Amino acid sequence: MKEAGSIFQPRFAIVLIVLVTIIFLLPAFGLTFGAPEATMTDQYYIDHSQTETGANNVVSAVVFDFRGFDTLGEATVLFIAVLGVAMIFRRTHK
Amino acid sequence: MTIGLIVKTAGRLLVPFIFIFGFYIVAHGHLTPGGGFQGGAVIATGVALILVCYYYRECMEKFIPVSSFKLVESAGLMLFICTALAGLVVASGFLFNWLNATGGLFGNAVAYGINPGDLYTAGIIPILNFAIGIEVFGALSAVLMFMFAGLKEPTQEEDDAKAPVQNMHKGKKGVRK
Repeated sequence: MKEAGSIFQPRFAIVLIVLVTIIFLLPAFGLTFGAPEATMTDQYYIDHSQTETGANNVVSAVVFDFRGFDTLGEATVLFIAVLGVAMIFRRTHK
Repeated sequence: MTIGLIVKTAGRLLVPFIFIFGFYIVAHGHLTPGGGFQGGAVIATGVALILVCYYYRECMEKFIPVSSFKLVESAGLMLFICTALAGLVVASGFLFNWLNATGGLFGNAVAYGINPGDLYTAGIIPILNFAIGIEVFGALSAVLMFMFAGLKEPTQEEDDAKAPVQNMHKGKKGVRK
């Protein structure tokens, strides 16, 4: 039984796999995504994290100082996850 | 089946060391690999060990109830947000490292280059590490507590009541043979 409008056909999956493979093989033929050599952010973190944040651990400096707002979001996500678990596993009867 | 005495005693003995190791990972987050998330997860492992040894109801009676874990988690997030907002009030912006190299709390100046590290450096980073550690510890423990609360747990009376019946059943079978 084949439905006319369904996208879950073997033909569609094969085309998708071929396309994704071509996209991931593009760097092998010289085409790159963006221009990594033009960004200096990584070298800036390595050079300045110790003097600017005072932390010997560069990862900690990035997580808690340069990207502190991201960490706040992660903590909020964890908080909301616990709220969801508390809602699902609540006791409806004693 | 209830958990035996050996497992309970071993878990009770192991848990303080797990807590100390997790606290070490949190406190040295700005010097060594690790940090708030990892240390909080290690501390929550100790809570999981306690929960496996003692079930939910005995934990509630002997140790701390689940509402206190919710309180701990909220306190960690509030500490994080308050530290970040203090940067907005005291210095130039939200999450600004306003304690770094001022000589105050965690305010020693750090030596540039490869050095063994001073625990009393890095400004607000250790405080944020502690906040995240408290938050993750409370969150994972609260999740475990909520999941264990739904488990059907056998009581000691049921355990004692079942054993002679099983023995009798076995005896009957032996007689029939």
